[in-house]
Amino acid sequence: MAAFLELRNVSKSYGSGDTMVDVLKNVNLTIEEGEFIAIVGFTGSGKTTLISLIAGLIEPDEGEILLKGKKVNGPGPDRGVVFQNYSLLPWLSVRGNVELAVKQVFPKLNKTELAAHVEKFVGMVNLTPALQKNPTQLSGGMRQRVSVARALAMDPEILLLDEPLSALDALTRGSLQIEIERIWRESKKTIMLITNDVDEGILLADRVIPLTPGPNATLGTEFKIGFERPRNKIAINADPNFKKERNAILAYLDEVGEHRGASKEEEFVLPDIQPIVKPNRFVINR
Amino acid sequence: MERVIKALKWIGLGFFEPLIMLIQGKEVEKNIRLVFRQIIVPVLSVFIFLGACNIGADYLFKVERDRKIEKTRTVQGDAAAKQMQECIDSGDESCKPNSLPSPADVKKGAISLWEDHKSISAKKSAFKEKTAAINKKRKEAGQKAIVYTGRPSFVDQIYTSLKTVFAGFLLAALLAIPAGIVLGLSETLRTSINWIIQILKPVSPVVWLLLVSMVVKTVLANSDSDKSFVISFISVGLCSMWATLVNTAMGVSSVDQDYLNVSKVLRLGVFSNVFKVILPASIPMIFTGLRITLSVSWMVLIAIELLAQSPGLGSFVWEEFQNGANDSNAKIIVAMFVIGIIGFMLDRIMMFIQKLASFDSK
Ligand SMILES: Nc1ncnc2c1ncn2[C@@H]1O[C@H](COP(=O)(O)OP(=O)(O)OP(=O)(O)O)[C@@H](O)[C@H]1O
Ligand SMILES: [Mg+2]
Repeated sequence: MAAFLELRNVSKSYGSGDTMVDVLKNVNLTIEEGEFIAIVGFTGSGKTTLISLIAGLIEPDEGEILLKGKKVNGPGPDRGVVFQNYSLLPWLSVRGNVELAVKQVFPKLNKTELAAHVEKFVGMVNLTPALQKNPTQLSGGMRQRVSVARALAMDPEILLLDEPLSALDALTRGSLQIEIERIWRESKKTIMLITNDVDEGILLADRVIPLTPGPNATLGTEFKIGFERPRNKIAINADPNFKKERNAILAYLDEVGEHRGASKEEEFVLPDIQPIVKPNRFVINR
Repeated sequence: MERVIKALKWIGLGFFEPLIMLIQGKEVEKNIRLVFRQIIVPVLSVFIFLGACNIGADYLFKVERDRKIEKTRTVQGDAAAKQMQECIDSGDESCKPNSLPSPADVKKGAISLWEDHKSISAKKSAFKEKTAAINKKRKEAGQKAIVYTGRPSFVDQIYTSLKTVFAGFLLAALLAIPAGIVLGLSETLRTSINWIIQILKPVSPVVWLLLVSMVVKTVLANSDSDKSFVISFISVGLCSMWATLVNTAMGVSSVDQDYLNVSKVLRLGVFSNVFKVILPASIPMIFTGLRITLSVSWMVLIAIELLAQSPGLGSFVWEEFQNGANDSNAKIIVAMFVIGIIGFMLDRIMMFIQKLASFDSK
């Protein structure tokens, strides 16, 4: 049987000519159904690019992405995305944002069913009191949870979470981590979590896979995490295995990170620091 | 009280807040400073402005007076000059030299315009009463009612101008918003039409007016609708729509990539994509465009009325200028202030609507 999600030799570059950046090179990844995997990597290494590829927002230059054996082309309701910057529509309330997604995926629901569905998922992220509020009135953590609720409410088969917690303070992050694990257990979805926090990856995932620093980033050696579920942060923190795993991953990241620095020096390549102007990115009166 | 302050802020009169706080005795020291800066100084500056006008008007009056006396002297001799001087100094309206009116003159002009309006409306209602019976009969017979055709008062002119500007603004919005959306959505269309827009945008109101009247004259040749009204509102619309067109196209084409990604991930259809994501995201830009459009409408309206001889404030100014009566200049200045104040109010109203429509202030 084919794997649930499979990336075969996926490469992606942005731009062309002199300004071309080879972001991802030969990325190979297999995820089984119901798995929780975490990708850790340095900032700018191409994590969001990887998520966008799987989500179907951009196409790989080389290689292919297979979901249940079928080639991915374009976004689909089977993949729910939680964007790094929440991406809620500020002119819709919490209810409106989630409803827009639900209506799209379940067009046959009648009014009461629709409301019930929306409320169920908003309740799942503990935001029922904020149903009628606008995203601008919510804190960062609350927005993030709305974004999770929106993705979950589409009932996707896999959830792609792009650094959902990295913009939050440590306390909020801790409680949302627990929530994400609970949601994963309850909903039995496959989850791919992008993070820059190794501890977070160890706490939540079955496997932690480092993304080597870019350019030409690729997935490195994977680390299997065997702590029993449901996971308990305090217990894990006290577990000697936790320290071992963590140090192993950090040492690995250090090594690939240093390698990057070393290779740069050897070749005397000046750091490629051009401003990258993303097209269509004007912020309007926000 | 909180609510009153909030309401004042909403309609753009937030500068009254410190005064209200002061009356309530809250944060006295801070609010005294605020009242001083936001109310007393602006009011003072108005007085300084009036004073400067007065001095300027006085000076121009003296120059004009001396010239008039000199002129009488060379043409009619010393005796007539002396008589003229006495006449002017006595303040007699008949020999008053024609110069920049002083604030007092302007006030007089305003009062006389108001009196004129009252007498005209009295005449109008009298006329209505008189013709009521006849008009009823005519209506039953399927004939047109007899309407008052006397001279319009200043207030009637304001009303006509407002009517024209709203018609023009509506036309501009109806043309520019849909066109802007279409242009914003299609890059190809945008680049292919860009030149035409860039060329038409700076065309002067005068040219639009001529162009429109060429067309309207032919199209409405056999209809008895109000041609001058149609011509002026269409010209106003065409002159002012560009700001909205360009802003809408720009807003639609530059929607935040994040929102577009959401739309893609949810796989919204074209309709939902436009109405649920793209349009709401560009509302602030569209309203900025509409606000510019309205103020441009008001500005060109006066010029267009003046040229087209269609009734309204513009033609009022022009007629007064040609009229050359003693208080004409004062009346022109009154009209100037009325035009300015109405323009300001229109802008405030648009700002208010803009606030209501933008999602970030909710
Ligand atoms: N649309 C784009 N056009 C050109 N270059 C891009 C574009 N998007 C990303 N990049 C570049 O690709 C590289 C990887 O970007 P990406 O957003 O995937 O990084 P990331 O790992 O998600 O970073 P972070 O942790 O900061 O979110 C960066 O060098 C970035 O500048
Ligand atoms: Mg990222």
